[in-house]
Amino acid sequence: MSEIFGIPIQAFMGQLMLGLVNGSFYATLSLGLAVIFGMLNIINFAHGALYMAGAMLAWMGLNYFGIGYWWSLLLAPLGVGLIGIVIERSMLQWLYKLDHLYGLLLTFGLALILEGLFRDLYGVSGLPYSIPEEFAGAYNLGFMFLPKYRAWVILASLLVCFATWFVIEKTPLGAYLRAATENPKLTQAFGINVPLMVMLTYGFGVALAGFAGVLAAPAMQVSPLMGSNLIIVVFAVVVIGGMGSILGSIVTGLGLGMIEGLTKVFYPEASSTVVFIIMAIVLLVRPAGLFGREK
Amino acid sequence: MKRKLIGAVVGAAIMSLATGQAYAQAKAPAPKLSGDMVKIGVLTDMSGVYSDLGGQGSVTAAQMAIDDFKAQAKPSWKIDLVYADHQNKADVGSNKAREWYDTQGVDMITDALNSAVALAVSKVTLEKNRILIDTGAASTRLTNEDCSPNTVHYVYDTYALANGPGKAVTKQGKDSWFFLTADYAFGHSLEKDTADAVKANGGKVVGAVRHPLNASDFSSFLLQAQSSKAKVVGLANAGGDTINSIKAANEFGLTKNQTIVGLLTTIIDIHALGLSTTQGMMFTEGFYWNLNNETREWSRRFFGKHKKMPSMLHAGTYSAVMTYLKAVQATGTDDAATVMKKMKATPINDFFAKNGKIREDGRMEHDMYLVEVKKPAESKEPWDYYNIKAVIPASEAFQPMSLSRCPLVKK
Repeated sequence: MSEIFGIPIQAFMGQLMLGLVNGSFYATLSLGLAVIFGMLNIINFAHGALYMAGAMLAWMGLNYFGIGYWWSLLLAPLGVGLIGIVIERSMLQWLYKLDHLYGLLLTFGLALILEGLFRDLYGVSGLPYSIPEEFAGAYNLGFMFLPKYRAWVILASLLVCFATWFVIEKTPLGAYLRAATENPKLTQAFGINVPLMVMLTYGFGVALAGFAGVLAAPAMQVSPLMGSNLIIVVFAVVVIGGMGSILGSIVTGLGLGMIEGLTKVFYPEASSTVVFIIMAIVLLVRPAGLFGREK
Repeated sequence: MKRKLIGAVVGAAIMSLATGQAYAQAKAPAPKLSGDMVKIGVLTDMSGVYSDLGGQGSVTAAQMAIDDFKAQAKPSWKIDLVYADHQNKADVGSNKAREWYDTQGVDMITDALNSAVALAVSKVTLEKNRILIDTGAASTRLTNEDCSPNTVHYVYDTYALANGPGKAVTKQGKDSWFFLTADYAFGHSLEKDTADAVKANGGKVVGAVRHPLNASDFSSFLLQAQSSKAKVVGLANAGGDTINSIKAANEFGLTKNQTIVGLLTTIIDIHALGLSTTQGMMFTEGFYWNLNNETREWSRRFFGKHKKMPSMLHAGTYSAVMTYLKAVQATGTDDAATVMKKMKATPINDFFAKNGKIREDGRMEHDMYLVEVKKPAESKEPWDYYNIKAVIPASEAFQPMSLSRCPLVKK
C-alpha cells in the first residue's frame, strides 16, 4: 500500500474528505460574517448564537409542529433572518457611525442572551436530531466510507456559497449593494433605498448562519453551546481570508477545514490550535488577509 | 521607603497570625451548633457544560433531603440551604467556599463537581475545618495524594468508572481497546486507569488518539479508531465531547463492528442522544432510577420537581445531605471532627447506597452498576434506558485501601 508521510493513502484521502465537510461549515458561516462585515462594517459576534438558533428552530419545528428536515432547511433560515432583521432595525442601525467596538460588544451581548435563553429552556446536554431517511447509509468511495449526509453537507454548502458569491459579484442587485457600502450617500441620491438594502443584507447574512445550523443539526448534537465552540474558529477564517472578502472566506473556509483535518491525523493535540497558528502567520505576512485589499 | 514597606508586610503577617489564633481559641469550646443552625452549601456548575449533570438538579435534591429530614426527625434547630455557580473555575469555587465559611456560617459543602474545583475547595475546607462531601468530581486524587480528614468523596471516581468496564468488557472476549481521550488531566487519568484494568485482565491496548477539549467534530478521530480494528473503542472524555463522539460513531458505522464504551457516560447523555443512537453501549453508573421500588419512588418524586430523572450526582447529593444531617442530629453538634467521626462509623443505608461505608481516606464505598443501553424496542417507558449487566460490589468497585496513596491511611 502506498503511503504519504507514513500514513496509508486511504486514510489520508479520508481525512481530507472529512476536512472538506468541516470546511463547508466554516465556509458558510464565515461567508455570512464576511457579507455582514463587508456591507455593514459590523463584527457580528452573534453569528454563532444565530447558527445555534437555526439548529434549535429545526429541532423545535420537528418536535412541536412536525416540520421535517427539508422544510426546516427553508423555514429555519427564514426565521433566523427575521430575528436578524429585528435586531438590525431595533439596535444595530444606531451603531453604524460609531467605532467597530460598539457593534462587537452589542452582538456579543446578544449572543450571551440567546445562548442563556436556550440553555435555560433545554439544558446543555443537547437534543437529538436524526439524519433524514433519504441520507441514511453511506457511499463507499474506495478509500473511505462517507456517510451520505456528509456528502450532502458539502454539496449544499458549495451551492449556497456559490449562489451568494454570484449574486453579490455578478448581478445588478449585488452592484447596488456594493455601491451602497462604498458610498451610501451617493447611492441614496440615485434613488436606491440604502437602509432597506442594509437591513436585508444583515437578514441574509444571519440567515446563512441559520442555514448552516440546520445543516449541522443531524451531524452534530443540537445544543445551546454549539455556536460558541465554533465561532472563534470562524472568525479566524474570516481574518485569514481577508475581512469582508466573499471569495476569500469561501476558499479559506474549505482550505482550513482540510488543513485541520490533516492535523487531526499527524498531531491531534494541535488540531484546535492550527487555525490560529496560520492566522498569526498570515497577519504577519499579509495583514489584510490572503484575499483582502489594503485600504 | 523600602523599610516602611517591609515593616508593613511584617506587621500584616503578625496581625493575620494573631487573628488566626484568636479564631482558633474562640472555636475551641465548640458551641453545640454554630450560629444556632446548620447551613449547607451546594457549589456546582449552574450554567456550563456540566449543569445538566449537577446544577439545579443538585440544589433540588439537597432541598428534598432537608425537607424530608425535617419531616422525619423534627429537629429543634434550623437548616438553611445556599447555592452558587462555580463556573467550572477553581478560583471562583474556592473563593465562594471561603466566603461561605467565613461570613455565612456554612457548615458543609456538597456537589462540587469538576475535579479542579473539588481539589481547591477541599483545601479551603481543611483550612477552615468544615466538611466537604463531594458528589460530583471524578479525580481519585481527592482520596489519595490530596486526601483530607474533612473531605468525603461520595458517588464515583475515575477508578470506579474505569475498573468496571475495563474488567467486565475485556473478560467478555472484547480484548483489544482503542482510546479516544480528552487531552487534559481528567482524560489521561481515565485512559490510564482503564488501560491498567484492561491489561490486568489479559487484554491489550492497540492505540489512542488525544483530542482537544470541546472539539466540535469527532469524525476524524473516529475514523482512526475504526481503522485500528480494535474490538472496543473507549471514550475517555465527558459531557458534550462524549455525546458528539457517540453521534459520529453511529454515523460512520463503528457501532456495527466495534463496541463503544463510555468511560464517563450518564443517563443524562443517553437521554440527550436517544436510544437508537446509543443502544448496546456499556458503562458504569453509580445509580439508576429504575433499579427497585425504593429508587423508583424517590426518583419519581425528584422527577415531579425537576422534570428530569436524576443523575447519579443528584441521587448522591440527596443521600450525602441526609447522611450529614443524621450525623449532626446524632452527635448534637456541627463540629467537623465529631460529625465526620460519626459519619465514618455509621453504615449508609438508603435508596442510593446499601451498606455504604465512608473509609479512612474519605472514599465512600458502595455498589456500582455495569449497564448496557437498551434497544429502543425494549424500553417500556420514558427514561427506561438500561439493562443492568452486573452489580460491582462495593469492595471491588473502588481502589483497594492497600493501593492508597493517602497519608492519612495507616498501613
